[in-house]
Amino acid sequence: MTALRAKSRGNSPENSWLDNENVQALLLFLLSLGIFLLFWEVGARMKLFAKGVPTASLTIKELWYWITHPFYNNGPNDLGIGWNLLVSLRRVAIGYTLASIIAVPLGILVGISKVAFKAFNPYFQLLKPVSPLAWLPLGLYLFRDSELTGIFIITIASIWPTLTNTAFGVAGVNSDYLDVSKTLGASRRRTIFKIIIPAALPNIISGLRISMGISWLVIVAAEMLLGTGLGYFIWNEWNNLYIPNILVAIFIIGIVGILLDQIFAYLEKLVSFGK
Amino acid sequence: MNTYLSSNNLAVTKDNALNTQISLRHVSKVFPGRSGWFNKITGQTSSDFIAIADINLDIEHNTFVSIIGPSGCGKSTLLNIIAGLSEATNGNVMINGQIVNKPGPDRGMVFQSYALMPWMTVEENIMFAVETVYPNVSVTQQKRVVKEKIQLVGLTGAEKKRPHELSGGMRQRVGIARALAINPEILLMDEPFGALDALTRGFLQEEIERIWEQQRKTAIMITHSIEEALLLSDRIIMMTKGPAAGIDEILEVPFPRPRDRTTVENHPAYLKLKQEMEDHLYRETRAVEEARIK
Repeated sequence: MTALRAKSRGNSPENSWLDNENVQALLLFLLSLGIFLLFWEVGARMKLFAKGVPTASLTIKELWYWITHPFYNNGPNDLGIGWNLLVSLRRVAIGYTLASIIAVPLGILVGISKVAFKAFNPYFQLLKPVSPLAWLPLGLYLFRDSELTGIFIITIASIWPTLTNTAFGVAGVNSDYLDVSKTLGASRRRTIFKIIIPAALPNIISGLRISMGISWLVIVAAEMLLGTGLGYFIWNEWNNLYIPNILVAIFIIGIVGILLDQIFAYLEKLVSFGK
Repeated sequence: MNTYLSSNNLAVTKDNALNTQISLRHVSKVFPGRSGWFNKITGQTSSDFIAIADINLDIEHNTFVSIIGPSGCGKSTLLNIIAGLSEATNGNVMINGQIVNKPGPDRGMVFQSYALMPWMTVEENIMFAVETVYPNVSVTQQKRVVKEKIQLVGLTGAEKKRPHELSGGMRQRVGIARALAINPEILLMDEPFGALDALTRGFLQEEIERIWEQQRKTAIMITHSIEEALLLSDRIIMMTKGPAAGIDEILEVPFPRPRDRTTVENHPAYLKLKQEMEDHLYRETRAVEEARIK
């Protein structure tokens, strides 16, 4: 294909890789990154920004330090970023799994029955837009434990997208599929497990993906108030007034967020079947 | 009673009454409009819609029947009632003397949209039907049936493909294989070739003719195509426009079997039948358009 294009334009193949959209995008990305870092470095050295803004080189040096020394433990206020990351991931994993175990079956139940969907939808709609952090005091009051409260917040945060998406997917299963099932005389149980759930799977996975994104957003904010974890790391560095480490943490949170999201992007692809 | 019936093309005589497999008596379908105090307050009332009114029809064993009529005349509604997917408001449908009001594996259905499960392979789609209808048959036997039907519709080699990897024509072959795999007494087809291009359509019509010659099931097919109806059917039921659609006329198609396009088109009765159907469809479609303008 590329060979054909190159031929038709009369270009030599050596030039043709520059025509590739991805190559162009990568070059533009690297260029913009270079300009940004240069601007940052020069600006910080000339003290053009606010007082105490670190240089790009110092930040990158710190990033390298944290990446190469992820796991050390000098007490809760001097913990390697790897440990903090694992703490955050553990909280998300537990809270998120708990939420999914509740949300998927409940979503299926609600989605199957039109009456249930209409009856319970107001709850979901009301609770969905509430910032999960609003539950923090309630969690602390209920559990009197920061660890449990963190998990509680994540559970609350990640339950709604999965629940509403699952219910929506189940309620919207193509009526032709259900007609097939009916004409064959399939039992209710068989219809649910063999038709409705697989048909709703793309919606369920989308819901899980959104939930995971929200969990990862919320855990950082929650941990600032709870101690340990990446959120606490940032909070601690703020108390130390050491800005480079805050930037490093932001970068690492972003990278982990991408990785988590990509897992679900891959799962979505697996169940899309050409759609 | 008698005069009432005779005005409705009740083509039963005592001779073939024994051979009758499907019989429809005074079948009507009314889709209720919105009424009641709640809808009145919100201003969303609408009147009832009579889709089909008082249909009487008898279909004998092993007959291929086509239903043709202008768009929106309730053809699909009628087929859905026979399939048991939709309930008649009045009247009843009897199959082999038993009143039916729910779907059952004695009727295999082919859908216009194919209705294949996108997450199942060709094999799995057909297997789903076989497993559902014959859960107690051994797996080897089930697999044999699936393989046989795939072979019958000419899809050998595509067993492991998913629907999105197939062309429209191939998908509908899977739909037909699935409908046949449960060995139904009656095959119901709702515009089975409606979504296909002309070439694929013609090809698949001939396939249906070939398969039908082998299996000889009672078949009811809804179609918009005169040529398709003439090629495949023993009888063609022409419906009037909706609302309150009914049967206008029933044509007997005398072409000998097995048929193919050329022999059918060269038959002396072909042009006359085609003309008659064209006139009917033209008249009814004009009437639909006029009713819209009013």
